[in-house]
Amino acid sequence: MSERAELLRMSRVCKSYGVGTPVETEVLHSVDLVIGQGEFVALIGPSGSGKSTLLNIIGLLEPMSSGDYLLEGRSVANLSDTELTRCRGDTLGFVFQFHHLLPAFTALENVMMPALIRAGRFSDADRQYGLSLLDRVGLKAAAGKKPGELSGGMQQRVAIARALARGSPLVLADEPTGNLDTQSADEVFALMRQFNRDEGTTFLIVTHDPRLAQRCDRIIELVDGRVRPPTDVHDTAVSKA
Amino acid sequence: MGFAFTIAIRFLREGRFQSLLIIVGVAAGVAVVTYVSALIDGLQGNTIRRTLGTQAHIVVKPFEEKSVPSLVARPGELVARDIQPRAQRPRSIDNWRSLATEIAATPGIVAVTPIASGAGLAIRGEASRSVAMIGIELDGYDRIVSLREKIIKGVARVAPGEAMIGQQLAEDLGVSIGERIVLRTGGDAADTFTVSAIFDLGNRDLNRRNVYITLKSAQSLFNIPGGATNIYATVTELFSADQTAALLKQRTGADIESWMESNAQLLSALDAQTISTRLIRGFTTLVAMLGIASVLVVSVVQKRKEIGILRAMGATRAQMTRVFLMQGGIVGLVGSVLGVVLAKLLLWAFSMFVLGSDGKPLFMTELPLDLAVIVTLVATLCGVLAAAAPARSVAKLDPAQAIRI
Ligand SMILES: Nc1ncnc2c1ncn2[C@@H]1O[C@H](COP(=O)(O)OP(=O)(O)OP(=O)(O)O)[C@@H](O)[C@H]1O
Ligand SMILES: [Mg+2]
Repeated sequence: MSERAELLRMSRVCKSYGVGTPVETEVLHSVDLVIGQGEFVALIGPSGSGKSTLLNIIGLLEPMSSGDYLLEGRSVANLSDTELTRCRGDTLGFVFQFHHLLPAFTALENVMMPALIRAGRFSDADRQYGLSLLDRVGLKAAAGKKPGELSGGMQQRVAIARALARGSPLVLADEPTGNLDTQSADEVFALMRQFNRDEGTTFLIVTHDPRLAQRCDRIIELVDGRVRPPTDVHDTAVSKA
Repeated sequence: MGFAFTIAIRFLREGRFQSLLIIVGVAAGVAVVTYVSALIDGLQGNTIRRTLGTQAHIVVKPFEEKSVPSLVARPGELVARDIQPRAQRPRSIDNWRSLATEIAATPGIVAVTPIASGAGLAIRGEASRSVAMIGIELDGYDRIVSLREKIIKGVARVAPGEAMIGQQLAEDLGVSIGERIVLRTGGDAADTFTVSAIFDLGNRDLNRRNVYITLKSAQSLFNIPGGATNIYATVTELFSADQTAALLKQRTGADIESWMESNAQLLSALDAQTISTRLIRGFTTLVAMLGIASVLVVSVVQKRKEIGILRAMGATRAQMTRVFLMQGGIVGLVGSVLGVVLAKLLLWAFSMFVLGSDGKPLFMTELPLDLAVIVTLVATLCGVLAAAAPARSVAKLDPAQAIRI
């Protein structure tokens, strides 16, 4: 893993909620984290351990309270909201657990949404590209359907297509298979794996499913807002076996 | 803008019932405002037109002969007195010709004409009626009250020995075109005139009272050779007639009055009406804006997650704010276009079904294009303004929080 170029580096990142109130609580304690380009990483940990919080900070959706965070070599600590938003749009794709497609738009329009945000309109090229992405997730036929007409697994596959629509180098997925049956979960997972292999897209996936976590390159475990010392998946798997 | 517009339209379409309700609400508000404005404008325009149809904008009168008391009260004393103005004979304005020339040369004055008028009797056989004999120069007078348009029988003409009388007077006296009447003044001067035309000034009293003869005939009847009892003038700016009159009064020292002073009561009634219309307009606008704002406040809450997703995908705060401003604008625009159409229907219904005793519409009610355009623009702007508060709350929304839900 040392041969990979570094995509993001966090050092001593802390996050507190309710700062300045009696209920101030620190939920991330001095997190150090390095992810290389093209890695396929699982983030696991018990409920409430801070996985979503960490993912939101990595995704520039929430500010950290202290520490350093370099994304593609650039420190994000002092960026303005507009700069953060631009950086988010250019670098990051998101896949969330539930219903995080826009219900008023068709599957294809959801996939093209990043282009609409950027250019203010859907061009023919966007349409072609969106259709090819939907084709790759096996949903070309559902392009004109609204999310409400799709199953959970199909919605999640649309969400993956959307996360990849701008060619973002890093996709953050918060329990993407959390509410799917085993078969759909496997399909969705396989799809992400495939994009990782073909496109070199980096994935950071929060999951409660140890079976899926084992199939990642690396597992980061959060416990009570701290990162457990890294373990190699395959070593663990071997030692457990 | 393309992004804001596309998302705004979808959000509105998604909240179907909610959007429909508020658009109908705005349309109703706009219809009320437009209808009332057009109706009141029509009514006021009509009232003023009717009033000025038979009046000059500016009238010069001879100075009144003041009756002065001969006893003056000393301090501490009271004097009981009873002063009655003397019955006045028609008198001529001093130097009216040069005064008329000066008035005609004043900026803002369109037409000037002299009048010699006074009270008297119109007599035919046994029947007699008290009338106002008005000596005019027809061309000049016509420029002031458009008398020619109001002739219903005969020829608009006053030659020496001819008189034009009103419809009611003709009925009262039982005369028709070509027949003769005698006009007699208070000073017992009298002459015979042939009826050359019968007019309808749109007012029964005036049709009964006014008798038009030539200026010369009036001068000799009232024994004011070469004189004029009044000068009539019209102005370009109807509602600055009072200022023009005041200016002339100051410059010439003559007794000059504008239609605005002689119709002060009418004008203050119209003012009161205008104020009420403004109040109705203001409150309706406020209610419609509150409606838009409250619907959008709810919509921001409902759309929290979508806003968060869009923010996560790279939409800036400003872009999301514009989505909601745009929704306000669209509701305002669509609502006001519907409202203007509705107002047009209402006005049409008014002109079809609310008729005067003569079976004609009471007055012209049109929806002027500029009113429609202004209403639409203002409503759209108000929609955007109403969306300001909800849009601000969008900017404050934390995308991480929105997505966690
Ligand atoms: N906005 C907030 N204000 C206060 N505390 C918060 C806030 N968001 C999260 N927390 C707390 O931070 C801690 C970490 O939450 P987080 O959602 O990151 O956990 P998680 O590991 O994702 O859990 P799960 O597996 O259940 O999704 C929890 O104790 C949670 O209650
Ligand atoms: Mg979580």
